[in-house]
Amino acid sequence: MEFEPEIVIFCCQYCTEAADTAGASHLGYPANIKLMELPCSGKISIIYLLKAFEEGADGVCVIGCEEGACHFLRGNLRAKKVVEYTQKILEEIGINKERLKMFNLSSLESQKFVQISKEITEKIRELGPIF
Amino acid sequence: MIIAERKPIKEIEKMIMPYKKVLIVGCNTCVTICMAGGEKEVDILASSLNLLFKSKHKEIEFIKRVVERQCEKEFVEELKEDIASVEAVLSLGCGVGVQKIVEVFPHIPVYPGLNTKSIGAPEEEGVWKEKCVACGDCILDKTGGICPIARCSKKLLNGPCGGSQDGKCEIDKNLDCAWQLIYDRLKLLGKLDQLEEIIPVRDWSKANDGGPREVIREDVRLKNGK
Repeated sequence: MEFEPEIVIFCCQYCTEAADTAGASHLGYPANIKLMELPCSGKISIIYLLKAFEEGADGVCVIGCEEGACHFLRGNLRAKKVVEYTQKILEEIGINKERLKMFNLSSLESQKFVQISKEITEKIRELGPIF
Repeated sequence: MIIAERKPIKEIEKMIMPYKKVLIVGCNTCVTICMAGGEKEVDILASSLNLLFKSKHKEIEFIKRVVERQCEKEFVEELKEDIASVEAVLSLGCGVGVQKIVEVFPHIPVYPGLNTKSIGAPEEEGVWKEKCVACGDCILDKTGGICPIARCSKKLLNGPCGGSQDGKCEIDKNLDCAWQLIYDRLKLLGKLDQLEEIIPVRDWSKANDGGPREVIREDVRLKNGK
């Protein structure tokens, strides 16, 4: 049976609109995506990301607004740094850092949300189960 | 405050590998401020180690605690019940914290999760810099409040040396020359004449070369005092 990865996406409240629109527009995205809404991607913390893996996610990603377009000015830039730091921890403990990624999109880009969901699912399927 | 940073996880892994149940203890004081050993860092380390051991199909149970000040016996004693239930302790306190746990609970192995780096201060978000080496004989009154022992690469008492260029140190061009800073500060205060005073050779016996130093206040001692 083909491996179906568990994927958690931490998404800022504005970018989740892209996911909503994708749903409303009947643009299918992989069913193994679990979407966690944050008030801003800047709310993400190292422990959220590690806990997601600990609780069984094979891949995790953070989606924030486009750089320069964060509704809270620098939240998405902060998220980028948190993701990069967490990737270093993952490398330290022998987990491929490709399992954690950050993406940027705007609330109108439902197509891009679908594309990101498919891309991350494919990537994690390729990498196989985390344990 | 004491500045510290986490040891590489591989190093920590080797220390706790033989055990099945480990207590991770953080400290709410200096190492919380420098984001090395506070509540968040205890969580992050426990989570990282869980993932690491899961990938190696090994299971270690972690108990997570944070004490107010790991360098004080009264706070460390609060760990008594937790320590009774584990095989080892991983301290995310500074070197003092680790040793205080050892003193209070001599029968359990205690391992350091941090490298204690210096006495310093937050410089900007995410940057902590050394300001004092606890040399035991403060000369900040003579140097405009800037310490050449901690901040001059050569620990010069009568600087600057010939390697001071454009306010930077020859050892590292990103490092401010402490003696330039001293000059600028004394100039600001209108006290440049202080630089004419030669600071004599230090008595290094007041530093830690002669073993651990002790400060005693007889008036506040409750035992062994006269």
